[in-house]
Amino acid sequence: MAEQKPSLPVVENFSRRAAVKGAFATLGAGAFVAAVSPLRQAAKNSTAAEFMQQHYQELTAEQKAEVIARLEEEAKENYGVDVQIADDRPIPNTKFVYAINLSVCNGNGKCVEACHKENNHDRDTNQSYIRVLEMPKGTMDMEQGSTTYSGAVPKDDKFYLPVQCQQCDEPPCVDVCPVKATWKEEDGIVVVDYNWCIGCRYCEAACPYHARRFNWKQPTVPPEDVNPDQSYLSNRIRPVGVVEKCTFCLHRTRRGKLPACLEACPTGARVFGNILDPDSSIRWILNHKRVYILKEELGTKPAFFYYFD
Amino acid sequence: MKKLKLRITNLVFATTVFLVVIMTFGLYLKRAERGNPHHDRADVRGLLQVANDDKVESDDKAFAVVVHRPAGPPRVALAGVDPQGRRGEVACSTCHSVRKANLENKTTDTLNEFHEGLVVNHGKLACYACHNPDDSDSLRLADGTNVAYQDVMTLCSQCHGQQATAFAHGAHGGMNGHWDLTRGPQMKNNCVDCHDPHSPSFPSMIVDFKPKDRFNAPAEHDQEGQ
Repeated sequence: MAEQKPSLPVVENFSRRAAVKGAFATLGAGAFVAAVSPLRQAAKNSTAAEFMQQHYQELTAEQKAEVIARLEEEAKENYGVDVQIADDRPIPNTKFVYAINLSVCNGNGKCVEACHKENNHDRDTNQSYIRVLEMPKGTMDMEQGSTTYSGAVPKDDKFYLPVQCQQCDEPPCVDVCPVKATWKEEDGIVVVDYNWCIGCRYCEAACPYHARRFNWKQPTVPPEDVNPDQSYLSNRIRPVGVVEKCTFCLHRTRRGKLPACLEACPTGARVFGNILDPDSSIRWILNHKRVYILKEELGTKPAFFYYFD
Repeated sequence: MKKLKLRITNLVFATTVFLVVIMTFGLYLKRAERGNPHHDRADVRGLLQVANDDKVESDDKAFAVVVHRPAGPPRVALAGVDPQGRRGEVACSTCHSVRKANLENKTTDTLNEFHEGLVVNHGKLACYACHNPDDSDSLRLADGTNVAYQDVMTLCSQCHGQQATAFAHGAHGGMNGHWDLTRGPQMKNNCVDCHDPHSPSFPSMIVDFKPKDRFNAPAEHDQEGQ
C-alpha cells in the first residue's frame, strides 16, 4: 500500500537513511549560505552603478558627473554632510615641486595635523600623509629616524625630516599596480582612482618613502570635521580597503592655492610652486641652495627637495 | 632590349612621382608648423615661449604678494587704573622725550623703573642700535636714517641680508594664500611676526599631534610578541 502512495520521505517514511540524508542536506545548505555571505555583504555595500563604474581615465564627462553625484549622495548618507566633489584637472604648463628647508624645520608636526584635517583622514588613527622623522645629525638615512619623539622640539643633536609622497618622475608605485589604478598626471602629481583600486597594497610595498597608506577600516570623521571642499582624485572620503596618498592637495593647488601643510607650517620651512615658471620661489631655491633628494640612488627622480641654509 | 627600355622608363617615372610626393608633403608640414607654434615638434621652444609670456605677465599679474606690516609704533600700557577704572596707554615718546638717552645701555638689568623683565638676547646690540634716541616713536638705521615701526623689515635686513634675500624669493618666512598670483593673492609674515626683535631665536615648540600608525607603535607589537 505504501509503495503505491508516494509520500514525504522523512515525515511519513522515517528511517535512519532518510534522517542522515536530511541532516547532510541541511548542513550543506548551511555551508553554502555561509560561503556566499561575503557576497551578500558586498552586494549590500556597493550599488550596481559603483560595480559597473569605469576607470577614471575612461569616463566621459557625463559619466563623471553621474559618478560624482553618486559619491556626494553617499557622503551625505554615510557622514551626514553636504560635500562638493570637484574634478580638478592639471593646469597646462605646470609642474608642481615641493621644497623643505631642513635648517628651519623644527619637527613641531603642525603639517601632519593640517594634512589630517584637510584630507578627511580617519580620526581614530590620526592618519596623515606626512611623517616627520627625528634624525641624528650627519645623515640622510631615513632608517635612522624616529617618528615617536615628543615634548619640546627642536632637540640640540637632532634635525627633523618631514617625509610625504615625493611625486617621483619614475614612480615605482605606479609600475607595480596590477590594475593601473594609480598613475602620474601632467603636472607631476601621482594620483589614485579609489574606485578602481583593488587594495592589493603592492604600491605601498614598492614605495621607498613609505608614503602610501591603506584604509584598514572605513574612515570615521565627525560631520562637523568633514572638509566639504573635495576632489575626486584627492581628499574625498576614501572607501575601506583602498590605498591613498599625498596628492599635493590637488583640490587646492590646481585652483592656484598653496597646500594645507605649507600654510600650517609655523616655521616657514615649506616652499611650493611651479618649476616651469622661471620667476617662482622654487626655481630660485633650486638655483641658489644646496638641494638634496631622498634615496637618490634608487633613481626615482623625486619632485621633492630638501635644502639647508 | 625593348623590355629593358620599358623597365627604365617605369623606374624613372616612379622616382619622379616619389620625389614630388615627398616635396609636397615636406612643404605641407613646414606650413603647418608655421601656422601652429604649439606643434608637437616645437615642444621645447613652445615651453620657453610660454615661460617668457608669463614673465611679461608677472609685471601686471592680477594679484600681489602682501607682506604683513606691524600696526605702528608700540603703545605702553600704564600700571594701574585711574579713579574711573580706565586703563591708559602712552606712546614711547611720552617718557623718552623728557629723558636723556643712554646710548651705551645693552640690557634691562640696569633699568629699575621701566622695561624690567624684558629679555634681551640679540647679539651684542645696544638698545639704541635699533631704537631712535632722537625720535623714540621710530627706529633708526645704522646710517642714521629714520625708519617707521611699520617698515621694521628694512631695519632687520641691514644685518640679516641672507634672510632678506631668501625672504624676497619666498624661501624664508612662510606664506599663505595662492602660489599662482594670476588666481589670488599671497600673504607673507614680516620678521617680527615670528621673531621677537629683542630675543629673536625661534622659540622651541611642543609636539602634540601624532599619527597612530605602525611606525609609531612599536611598543605594542613588542608586548604582543613577548
